[in-house]
Amino acid sequence: MTRVRDALAGRRFFITGATGFLGTALVERLLRTLPDAEVVLLVRPTRRSTPMQRVVKEVLKNDCFDRLRSEQGDQFDSAVVARVSAVGGDVGTDGLGLDDEGRRQLSLCDVVIHSAASVSFDSPLDSAVEVNLLGPSRVAAAVVAARSLAQSEGRPGPVHFIPVSTAYVAGTHQGEAAEELLDGSRFSLDVDWRAEVVAARRLRADSEAASRHPGQLTRFARSARKELGGAGLHLLAQRAEHLREEWVRKQLVDIGKVRAQSLGWPDAYPYTKALGERALVSQFGNELAITIVRPSIIESALAEPRPGWIRGFRMAEPIIISYARGLLKEFPGVPEGIIDVIPVDLVVAAIIAVAGDRLAEAGAGSPPGPPSVYHVASGVRNPFRYGRLVELIREWFTEHPLYDADGQPIVVPEWSFPGRGRVQRQLSQASRAMAMAETLVGSLPIRGRQASWMAALEERHMLADRALGYVELYGAYTETEARYRVDRLLQLWERLEPSDRELFCLDPAAVDWDHYVREIHLPSVIEHARVRTSPGRSVQPSRSERARKAILSPDRHLAAFDLEHTLIASNVVDSYAWLASRHLTAGQRVAFVADLLREAPGLLALDRKDRGDFLRSFYRRYDGAPVDRLREDGWELFYAQLLARSFPGAIARVRHHRALGHRTVLITGALDVVVEPFRPLFDEIVCARLVQHNGTFTGRMDELPPIGEARALVLADYAEAEGLDLAESMAYADSASDLPMLEAVGFPVAVNPEAKLAAIARRRGWHVEHWEKAAGGGRRFLPLGPVDTRSARGRGPTSAAALMGARRSRAGGGDR
Amino acid sequence: MSPRPGFVLEVDRSTPPTLFWHGERFRLERLPEGSRVIYAPEPLDPLPDPAAAIREALLHPLGDQQPLPALLRPGMRLTIAFDDISLPLPPMERPDIRQLVIEEVLDLAAAAGVDDVELIVALALHRRMTEPELRHALGDRIYDAFAPTGLLTQHDAEDPDALVHLGLTDQGEDVEINRRAAESDLLVYVNINLVAMDGGHKSVATGLSSYRSLRHHHNPQTMRHSRSFMDQHRSELHSANWRMGKLIAESGVTIFQIETTLNNDAFPPPFGFLQKREWEWGVRDRMAFVGASAVLDRTPAAAARQVFHRVRAPHRMTSVQAGEVEAVHLRTTENVWKQQGVPVEGQTDILTMGLPYISPYNVNSILNPILVACLGLGYFFNLYRGRPLVREGGVVIMSHPTPWEFNPVHHPSYIDFFEQVLSQTTDPVEVADTFEASFANDPWYIHLYRTGHAYHGVHPFYMWYWCAHALEHLGGVIVVGGDPAAVHRLGFRAASTMTDAIEMATDLVGRSPTLTHIHTPPLLLADVQ
Repeated sequence: MTRVRDALAGRRFFITGATGFLGTALVERLLRTLPDAEVVLLVRPTRRSTPMQRVVKEVLKNDCFDRLRSEQGDQFDSAVVARVSAVGGDVGTDGLGLDDEGRRQLSLCDVVIHSAASVSFDSPLDSAVEVNLLGPSRVAAAVVAARSLAQSEGRPGPVHFIPVSTAYVAGTHQGEAAEELLDGSRFSLDVDWRAEVVAARRLRADSEAASRHPGQLTRFARSARKELGGAGLHLLAQRAEHLREEWVRKQLVDIGKVRAQSLGWPDAYPYTKALGERALVSQFGNELAITIVRPSIIESALAEPRPGWIRGFRMAEPIIISYARGLLKEFPGVPEGIIDVIPVDLVVAAIIAVAGDRLAEAGAGSPPGPPSVYHVASGVRNPFRYGRLVELIREWFTEHPLYDADGQPIVVPEWSFPGRGRVQRQLSQASRAMAMAETLVGSLPIRGRQASWMAALEERHMLADRALGYVELYGAYTETEARYRVDRLLQLWERLEPSDRELFCLDPAAVDWDHYVREIHLPSVIEHARVRTSPGRSVQPSRSERARKAILSPDRHLAAFDLEHTLIASNVVDSYAWLASRHLTAGQRVAFVADLLREAPGLLALDRKDRGDFLRSFYRRYDGAPVDRLREDGWELFYAQLLARSFPGAIARVRHHRALGHRTVLITGALDVVVEPFRPLFDEIVCARLVQHNGTFTGRMDELPPIGEARALVLADYAEAEGLDLAESMAYADSASDLPMLEAVGFPVAVNPEAKLAAIARRRGWHVEHWEKAAGGGRRFLPLGPVDTRSARGRGPTSAAALMGARRSRAGGGDR
Repeated sequence: MSPRPGFVLEVDRSTPPTLFWHGERFRLERLPEGSRVIYAPEPLDPLPDPAAAIREALLHPLGDQQPLPALLRPGMRLTIAFDDISLPLPPMERPDIRQLVIEEVLDLAAAAGVDDVELIVALALHRRMTEPELRHALGDRIYDAFAPTGLLTQHDAEDPDALVHLGLTDQGEDVEINRRAAESDLLVYVNINLVAMDGGHKSVATGLSSYRSLRHHHNPQTMRHSRSFMDQHRSELHSANWRMGKLIAESGVTIFQIETTLNNDAFPPPFGFLQKREWEWGVRDRMAFVGASAVLDRTPAAAARQVFHRVRAPHRMTSVQAGEVEAVHLRTTENVWKQQGVPVEGQTDILTMGLPYISPYNVNSILNPILVACLGLGYFFNLYRGRPLVREGGVVIMSHPTPWEFNPVHHPSYIDFFEQVLSQTTDPVEVADTFEASFANDPWYIHLYRTGHAYHGVHPFYMWYWCAHALEHLGGVIVVGGDPAAVHRLGFRAASTMTDAIEMATDLVGRSPTLTHIHTPPLLLADVQ
């Protein structure tokens, strides 16, 4: 006889949180072990997918179902998928956001399992409150309503509600915690959950308001500018708003943590979960049959659907990987303390057994009875010492080391189990030192390979911060001294018949920890972590080779290029200096150089502040310059200065794109007379043009120069007019001020990036090219034109004289 | 005392170390006893009155051709084409021979009342010359008279309107040359015949032609069958040009060929020691050498390069002949041999050479790795008549720093050739079959060739084909003092010293090899018996 399985065969289950780790395993197990059982999954619809699409993509396609898929073969769709349906809704909304059909679906179910939770230990307080605290009650309310609907149609409706909670609702205090409701438990403080909800919502509103204080907004704007430089209004605003949202989030995370700790919980997760249990029991304890299942730390599967199955990176995995990479030199914890871990399949089995046990015992029509609690935890029944865990991990990684980028094995550090405070102090000191170094390096005018030091520094800083985060978040759990009793769970286990026991193993004693860690959990973690587990240099194409291949695919549409420092190591000031000095006498040249050098710092500062203003003011220097002479000189400039200081790799890349049939576009703030010689490389050149009057330039531009956001717009317009897709396009640029253009395309490429862009490119995983000038291009201290041999032969006034003269007289006229 | 003829020295214990060019530097190498060093004849005496000699040649042409004045008449179209910056090496002191010759031609034209005269630089696929370079070659008077009015042009092998297709040779080769030159009543071509390869029908058929025409003889097959291209009678390169020259003549183009030869006085006094045989160096030569070496060793290569490219050679004209192409060229070649020929007995296992900073394709520029290969294996290796100086399967050891440097303005396609082509293969046939067309037709290279001062996109291929005969013939190539990465890219091996290089060569040619060194400057032609 199989009491549990028979009781549940053919039943319908309503499940929340199916896309989560526990939920996926639960759905799979129900479908695999219970004949004809059906599941209805509550899934949040997204903009892109319907609930069922999400279920297919995120649940049924998960490797959790590999076993079932291979067992069923061609039958998988008819035998499995047909038994799954999805309804749209959200546990963060009252009434779950169900429509009529959703409510009907719920009313047709027999058992409701609520496993949706905000499991992150660093959720903002208010969202943890909405999901974890109010979620169970919302589901319960919906169940009650659905039951009335069912009964009005002569059906019993849902008869059993199983919310999944956490063992840590009992806190981490020393002593044993029994499987009992929190009210009246000696661990529990009497807190009014309603007041907590109101306070959390209020704190969100307060933080939102505080974040909009002018002082704060200025600070966000300043940070955004510091990070992105002159990237243009839109991007800076976007970044500043993001910083504001982040700030609010962080406030609420901190508030949640402090509030939880003030009440004796390590963080907001168990605190909101605990209040959620209270709220549920106090409102629905008499109305519904409620069984609370409280697992401890859920980790990879012991056996079902296969040993080691895991979904997502959970609590222990990042710590383990950081350790194996040699990044986490210390982690706090008490070696003799018990680390309460439970494989996911045991939790799933317990939930199913609980459901089956109730249905087999009571039948459909029986009164609900008082809510009850089951712990699914290992600490009492099969304790696993923290010291032993660390030892096992260290042994394992000594035997199976990870390898660094050079193919050298990484030696794992030995932990000395220091106190949490000490580790935290060390880590935060390191983090502060690195932040200072970063600020220092970031303010240097470096680009290209040197700027990648900056990126390396930033990466180390990030890793140190992350390590600090782990210690802050999880430190409490390695120091837990509470023991979660499992008497009721074991009674349930006793009640199971042998055949049920085979199907639904839930006894924590079944875990052989040494075996579990060595043979099941660590191999699985390594497999998921995408780390190097073999020595020697990788024969696989590197990340950047793969990126280059993607960029140079014939499927791409368009490649947009910036000019200065992307194609050539030169800028508008160089070009101006060259053009203006082209026809000067020796004496004039000296004066000219002196002038330019004197102005250089001011020019640089203006350029950094706002590229548009800089170009507008700078191009006024061309006032009065003869158009024809400048056009002629532009060609000479190209050969003497621009081509000589070009990056052959960049020019080869433009031509490679053309050869692949991509459109190429040059977008630059440089003048048309300067960029004209580049024309054969590009299908389109967008550049600055000066207004002409009687054969001379006026020094004013005929339209806004294509810089900053204008570049993105120009690019978008061009792509639309030509029927090209920017998502399939590339943009090459060197500076953070080109961000709008880089962000507009699917394949941004940072070329010899300056520090800010290097950091951004690293963070976003953008491809970076380091292109160098041809070694034979020659070096010039000053970008001056050659001494004119022609004007000495009486070819009339020179453009430079005109340029200089015009500028001088204007300067004298107080125009500046 | 008349100049001494060329000389083959056998190295013995008393022989002082031998001077090697090494890019912008020199090396003194002690060659193994028994090695041979070939020295060129001493500079021949120049013509006492070049202008008179030129006039004399114009009035008394060779072969089946009338004196120049008889070919000139009012209302005619006269075009004067002349060699570009690639000749002579180093550029000669003012006045340049081209200036002297063209001034005489223009005087006669003016006297005959010819007023439609154009000057064309016979660039083929070389880079356009700069204004200072043209002023140097022609003199300010000619430049200022022709350039501002657009009557001085540089041949543009990529301007379809400026080319005319004259037909196919009996071997099916396209003949396409400069339209103005082809449609003139008279085409005068002014040559500077620095080496035996220059001149003849090659002047017009190559210098004024296009890629469409050049590809028929600038290819690995032709170069492998030109043994050597310094020997017109055994050179497939010349046979093709002669076929084309015949077709050009048959098409009605009248060519008045002027060829000139120079003596080999290539370096002015501070570098006089370069021209001398080491054991004859006087105190002044030694001091000059020690001084120059000390300065150059402390000078960055780029600065040293600038110094050397400012050197103007004291070359003097030794002969001038004018008239019908083939008759002129026969006499010219004799005169070249008179200055450069050295009889050499038998081949050698190892041929050593010191490569200078300059080749025909990097005047005022950088001798990039491809040009290093071309100078050594294309030019120096081919300085022979009869049999190659080095036996089949032998080794060439050349001395040059071979830095991984390119001039992006002059040699843009070389950069890509080095990165994209030589990284895949160094086999000239594969290079030609797989890559030539895409470089030759590349619009960017064509743009830079036409508007700037860039060699044509296909030019690096020609440099590599120039090496084809040597690459097929040799067992190995070793570069002493070369940048290992660049040398490996070329498919050669780098050695840090001459001793190491000879040691490495014995792997290929066996123990106790014979070694011959061609001592340059000055240039020489080995007549290998």
